[in-house]
Amino acid sequence: MDLTTMQDSILPLLSALPNTLMLTFVSVFIGFCLAIPFALGRLSKNKLIAQACYAYVYFFRSTPLLVQIFLIYYGSGQFVKALEAVGLWHFFREPWFCAILALSLNTAAYVCEIIRGGILSIPKGQWEAGQVLGLSRFDLFVQVIFPQAFRQALPAYGNEVIIMVKASSLASTITILEVTGVAEKLIAETFQPLEIFIVAGSIYLSLNFVLSQLFHLLEKRLNRYLPHGATRTN
Amino acid sequence: MSSQQENKGIVLKDVNLHYGDYHALRDINLNVAVGERVVVCGSSGSGKSTMIRSIIGLENHDSGHILIDGQELTADAKSQETIRRNVGMVFQQFNLFPHLTIAENCSLALKRVKKMAKGEAKDVVMKYLERVHIPEQAEKYPSQLSGGQQQRAAIARALCMQPKFLLFDEPTSALDPEMVNEVLDVMVEMAQDGMTMICVTHEMGFARQVADKMVFMNQGRIIESGDTVEFFENPKEERTRTFLNTILSH
Ligand SMILES: Nc1ncnc2c1ncn2[C@@H]1O[C@H](COP(=O)(O)OP(=O)(O)OP(=O)(O)O)[C@@H](O)[C@H]1O
Ligand SMILES: [Mg+2]
Repeated sequence: MDLTTMQDSILPLLSALPNTLMLTFVSVFIGFCLAIPFALGRLSKNKLIAQACYAYVYFFRSTPLLVQIFLIYYGSGQFVKALEAVGLWHFFREPWFCAILALSLNTAAYVCEIIRGGILSIPKGQWEAGQVLGLSRFDLFVQVIFPQAFRQALPAYGNEVIIMVKASSLASTITILEVTGVAEKLIAETFQPLEIFIVAGSIYLSLNFVLSQLFHLLEKRLNRYLPHGATRTN
Repeated sequence: MSSQQENKGIVLKDVNLHYGDYHALRDINLNVAVGERVVVCGSSGSGKSTMIRSIIGLENHDSGHILIDGQELTADAKSQETIRRNVGMVFQQFNLFPHLTIAENCSLALKRVKKMAKGEAKDVVMKYLERVHIPEQAEKYPSQLSGGQQQRAAIARALCMQPKFLLFDEPTSALDPEMVNEVLDVMVEMAQDGMTMICVTHEMGFARQVADKMVFMNQGRIIESGDTVEFFENPKEERTRTFLNTILSH
């Protein structure tokens, strides 16, 4: 093991961390915003809407993220004319745009299911209590159902965010220099994959340690007063 | 009772309701005048909950008419909105919102539905929490209260909306025996204040004390209804007698 290589790789790898964070958190944010309407769509009484949302979820959960990234990045090259016509080509030309799009659409599908599960876990009596108080459907969802559903879904959601941190490494395949991308570049220069991947891996490990602690704290805080111990025990 | 008064109350006329093939309510006729207290009893599965829930549109009747304060209740949202402005409901399982404090539980609809300002809502909330004797619990969460306190908080939450009519579906059935009376006491006080109430309960002591009228249901029908004293002293139907014997022998 070459310690100097490891030491030398720390700074360049760390300087790629902002890119990893950016990819992850922008996608997590967009994915979350998309997931709520998709979850409601999945629960809709309108069969057409429900099935369309299910088809979306099914597609993104059943194909590899890597394939989705390639489909969007390379696939869009087949439609240059059409994309130019609607003024979108200069977006799809950008690896960053394609990576964030693929990551967002992918996580939206998983988070949709996580939120849907959370909503389904809320007892019928909560809806009824809100209804008899005269709350509008919007207020009932925003004030009563969603906050509880989110608390229920939090352990699974935290998991999904951590998966996203790791999934962002796939962006390296379309030239983006996030932590894994930089690692590969350094390996090509030094021919010492073990040393460099150990450092890169430690960066992911530390980042996810911080994240899982944050989620754990959030769970404890939010679930403080919830009955039937929604808090994770570990 | 004048028809004028009757129009202002709750009227069920030939109401029928099916769950799929199951005929849960059969030709229900019921009049509850303003200021009247009605207790509904009957064996399990007889349709008590279904009837009371249909009055506030949680179940939709498939024939007949339900009139509240002269307004017809139908399945459309507008009609339900109108009805729910006048009618409140207390559930067996309390159904408090666990992520909100007691005060927030009570003020949510005041702010969102009645568009009341924060300060004003707070005054209303405290007034009704005092009415149910738990003003000191205002800042706690439901899980921090005893069952009896939770049900009283649920009653306060319903009262905050100042409904003309209040429906109770077995409000004490989920409580430990030692907490039943604190809830019943609050309900007796409400009755004394003149609240119009329809209450599904098997607490016959409470019924005798406050009910103007008793309703007995069996297999989706009202098979006996009338004056409380008459109902207990001299029930007409064999089934009513059997039911009263079972329940009073406890
Ligand atoms: N959502 C539903 N779907 C199908 N059947 C139902 C539904 N709700 C109630 N029922 C049936 O309708 C009948 C009346 O039920 P209801 O809950 O009104 O009875 P109840 O008199 O309130 O009984 P209990 O004393 O047990 O609360 C029962 O046979 C019940 O199984
Ligand atoms: Mg019932």
